[in-house]
Amino acid sequence: MASRAYPVTAMAADWRDFLALTKPRVLTLVVFTGLCGLLAAPQAINPVIGFTAILCIALGAGAAGALNQWYEADLDAMMARTADRPLPAGRMDRQSALHFGVGLAVFSVVLMGLAVNVLAATILAVSILFYVMVYTVWLKRRTPQNIVIGGAAGAFPALIGWAAATGRVETLPVLLFALVFLWTPPHFWALALFINSDYARAGVPMLPAVAGQRATRIQIMLYTVPMAAAAVAPWAMGLTGAIYGIGASLLSAVFLLLALRVGFSSESDQAKMKPERRLFAFSILYLFLVFGLIVVDKLVLA
Amino acid sequence: MSFTPDEQAEIRRRQKSRAIVTALVLGGLVVLFYAISIAKML
Repeated sequence: MASRAYPVTAMAADWRDFLALTKPRVLTLVVFTGLCGLLAAPQAINPVIGFTAILCIALGAGAAGALNQWYEADLDAMMARTADRPLPAGRMDRQSALHFGVGLAVFSVVLMGLAVNVLAATILAVSILFYVMVYTVWLKRRTPQNIVIGGAAGAFPALIGWAAATGRVETLPVLLFALVFLWTPPHFWALALFINSDYARAGVPMLPAVAGQRATRIQIMLYTVPMAAAAVAPWAMGLTGAIYGIGASLLSAVFLLLALRVGFSSESDQAKMKPERRLFAFSILYLFLVFGLIVVDKLVLA
Repeated sequence: MSFTPDEQAEIRRRQKSRAIVTALVLGGLVVLFYAISIAKML
């Protein structure tokens, strides 16, 4: 890696900095989708084992976030959005972040394997390695398709939750995986459109910086179509009831509408990109609601 | 490496808060492992 472009501390880091390494805001979505995968499964799970599974998902995701920040400290230092993270801000030394990330990753996988089941532990290990090795180390700095493939890392929790409850991987959690996978590009590209200059300054080849805004807007629209199809597929295939089906259809229609507004916009001033900000904000709500509907639907059917 | 009195006080404060958080986490894990052991026996 190039010479360090951020200060290095001689002081021991505060515990809050270790917590910040885990990207707590991202964890909320990870924990929620994992919990929904677990609750949507047809088999009931002992509450203690279920809690342990969700804890392991959170710890594994936190470990991946910590290792991501360890590797990307130089990039984070160049972006306003991330410059105040513990490493670029000089509140923690890199070795502490590395030890914390590796320790947390190993602990989460071992605990999942011993307390829950081997399948859930295996998928958790794959998801951590995928996020760190494939997305962070390999793709992020090399290709504008970074978040397309890297999106798989964020799609694993629902699969892990289901595997924790059943010990199997079945069609419904695979469709939920596909939904998060296909949701990731429009979600991140909407963000990349209105903070484009930040990524460009750091040399991250996000799609708007490499292919331009027009191409990014078209890609957002294109990805929204299969994403909506993946959202509705569980109902169409008879895996869920009408509560989920109608709710997911309506929410996907709103998502599609917002994506079309972004797609047909030609605004180049980032300060005026309201449709893009609206799509980004709605995309987060969308995922929470669609996954929530899966659980509500199952509870009502039960 | 030498620290000013203020820096030393800050280091002690951080060490203390980290020790408390570590103790709480370890205590939580003890309870969790106990509960897992019971759940596995059911």
